[in-house]
Amino acid sequence: MADTQSAVSEQVPQDGADQASETARMNMIQAINSAMDVMMARDAGVVVMGEDVGYFGGVFRATAGLQKKYGKTRVFDTPITECGIIGVAVGMGAYGLRPVPEIQFADYIYPALDQLVSEAARLRYRSSGEFTAPITVRSPFGGGIFGGQTHSQSPEGLFTHMSGIKTVIPSTPYDAKGLLIAAIEDNDPTIFFEPKRIYNGPFNGHWDRPAENWSKHPAGAVPEGYYKIPLGKANVVREGQAVTMLAYGTMVHVCAQVVADTGVDAEIIDLRTLVPLDIETIEASVKKTGRCLIVHEATRTAGFGAELSALVQERCFYHLEAPVERVTGFDTPYPHSLEWAYFPGPVRIGQALKKILKD
Amino acid sequence: MASNAPTNLPSADMPRQNMPRLSLHVPEPKFRPGDAVDFADVDVPPAGSARRPDTAEAASQFTDLAYTLVRVLDEQNQAVGPWNPQLSPDKMRRMLRHMATVRAFDERMFRAQRQGKTSFYMKSLGEEAVAVAGAHALDNDDMCFPSYRQQGLLIARGCPMVDMMNQIYSNKGDKLQGKQLPIMYSEKRFGFFSISGNLTTQYPQAVGWAMASASKGDTKIAATWCGEGSTAEGDFHSALTFATVYRAPVIFNVVNNQWAISSFSGFAGAEATTFAARAVGYGIAGLRVDGNDALAVYAATAWAAERARTNAGPTLIEHFTYRTEGHSTSDDPTQYRSAGEPTAWPLGDPITRLKDHLIALGEWDDERQAAMDREVAEEVKAAQKEAEKNGILGHGLHQPLDSLFDGVFEDMPWHLKEQRQQMIDEEEASGRPWARK
Repeated sequence: MADTQSAVSEQVPQDGADQASETARMNMIQAINSAMDVMMARDAGVVVMGEDVGYFGGVFRATAGLQKKYGKTRVFDTPITECGIIGVAVGMGAYGLRPVPEIQFADYIYPALDQLVSEAARLRYRSSGEFTAPITVRSPFGGGIFGGQTHSQSPEGLFTHMSGIKTVIPSTPYDAKGLLIAAIEDNDPTIFFEPKRIYNGPFNGHWDRPAENWSKHPAGAVPEGYYKIPLGKANVVREGQAVTMLAYGTMVHVCAQVVADTGVDAEIIDLRTLVPLDIETIEASVKKTGRCLIVHEATRTAGFGAELSALVQERCFYHLEAPVERVTGFDTPYPHSLEWAYFPGPVRIGQALKKILKD
Repeated sequence: MASNAPTNLPSADMPRQNMPRLSLHVPEPKFRPGDAVDFADVDVPPAGSARRPDTAEAASQFTDLAYTLVRVLDEQNQAVGPWNPQLSPDKMRRMLRHMATVRAFDERMFRAQRQGKTSFYMKSLGEEAVAVAGAHALDNDDMCFPSYRQQGLLIARGCPMVDMMNQIYSNKGDKLQGKQLPIMYSEKRFGFFSISGNLTTQYPQAVGWAMASASKGDTKIAATWCGEGSTAEGDFHSALTFATVYRAPVIFNVVNNQWAISSFSGFAGAEATTFAARAVGYGIAGLRVDGNDALAVYAATAWAAERARTNAGPTLIEHFTYRTEGHSTSDDPTQYRSAGEPTAWPLGDPITRLKDHLIALGEWDDERQAAMDREVAEEVKAAQKEAEKNGILGHGLHQPLDSLFDGVFEDMPWHLKEQRQQMIDEEEASGRPWARK
């Protein structure tokens, strides 16, 4: 899968990176763990909390070793109550801490929606800045793991619709660490969705081929120290002339593989942050290519792809040579045995590319 | 019924022959509009009868206190029993004045809403002791997470009434820039957390604040308030669970004023138990207090504060009181309850009871009370005059138009800047003369 790997290019550390820092091979879990480790060492206000995150180190091992290193008052297990986890985090933020709560699966974030939407997102606005909620909610999301209905969902559209919340989704270990550090430092509440399908390797959508891991991938080389990737900046993963592909998370790698498989000269943009969105990069690309394909796992209707499609149509109308297309999850709950029929994989994306290039 | 369904099972048509039909219990308040009111079955234990445990006592030992009433002021206006906080007459007079101020403030702002000067108001008539005595028992740097009916906290902590009124009028002196519904104050300088319209969300937030204070080795505690109706929210449960798990230095106040808009407390579970008793199952100390007895509220709050400050854990205090007024300016209580209820309420009026106590001590008299009432009325009136110089809601916008976009995020992202520009362009094209920054 060399094509896929080279498509997601190596990054140059930005924004205050510790240049002397050693680089290590990390998978996405290790990179996320490293980001929290770095931030806990730098800022005594950073606390990590959630179900099973403390002694056990998290069901995905994202917080392994942190409690031992920083103590129980900074890394602690919580009762199984998502509204409590986020509500308590908001109160800790009001005191002056910088909480990093974990919701074990994005599918279980709904009990916390009131605290996220009515409280965290509005606290700065409704108090005219007297109180803020500098919290970063980490949550594994997305499908492709036979997770069925409640371990596969992609609810990013719920949060991008809510003013006052930032939504961030990394696609590589390098990005995951840099973006998570930026999110934790950010003074606004941030939802940090981690595509669990690519925790261990860059899944290319070919579920019937051997799984890859991050060990040979360029973006699996991660500085051990502090660096950050600014929120609101997309990454042009592959430059191209024929069509712009907008994706994030797992779908960045699937898109890259489809491009490698089909030989289409597509420009692939990894959005990385959905709100605030890097509209300049999108606009410049679509104006260059004249075509746009949007890919996400989340269900289609009123998904984030609809917003992207509307923005591209409004801003690039006179440059468009074909209708903006969307390849997304279907408007159904996420199925178990029919996973690969549901998942927007290489076949569906390939067909959409063909269609959009035909016009 | 499908033809292949088994026929030997009971159904709605053919229930079990040997069992009575089930019935659904839907609570109903004792008195509806037009009914004569008799509160004889409200159990009011004598003042001084409740024991006062050590603040370190194990939470499992509080069942008796969760089902009685901590009361200090008796029918002869004396302060009696182990909960008597032994306050100086000066302190009691300050509390009395703050309660009278809250009542005068409420009265004036309610009228301002009726005069069209603002869109909305909520009184705390009859519940003034809960917030005012609570504030007097806490330290000023303890953080309060109130609901919308604890304006007494702000008055007692010295928040200028002009600032409160500016918020109510959404005028140019409103530091919340007209973004919030009237009475949804935010006063960080007075340890008063931003009020949300979403009920009980402040409960887990208070726990989080208290946990943060504890984790930092601080000495400050948190206190939070909700109504009895709001205890039915899921956040109430999660807050009490978190508080007991981490032994958070927090005081939960449940203001049981018998009514949640039109729903009587039975719809929050009051027919079967007390709200203080909820604490027992969580392993939290629970006290049930006469909420119209300022000295009992003070004593219970001071007790809970000491418990929290000594790392002995959280306390839940049910303040048993009565919502004398409608829920809000948008509510008409005569539509769902008997008009006789407020006067028949067996625990009386909190201001009258503290006043009568001071008089019984020889530390006050009716003339001084009348003079004080005139003074606080004048203070409120003067504050209103001052606030109205900054404008009233009925006179249109007082904030720069484009301030609408401030504070959504720390830094304004491009899409909000674009929308702000679009708004300005649309307004300019329309010729409307609204000010911009």
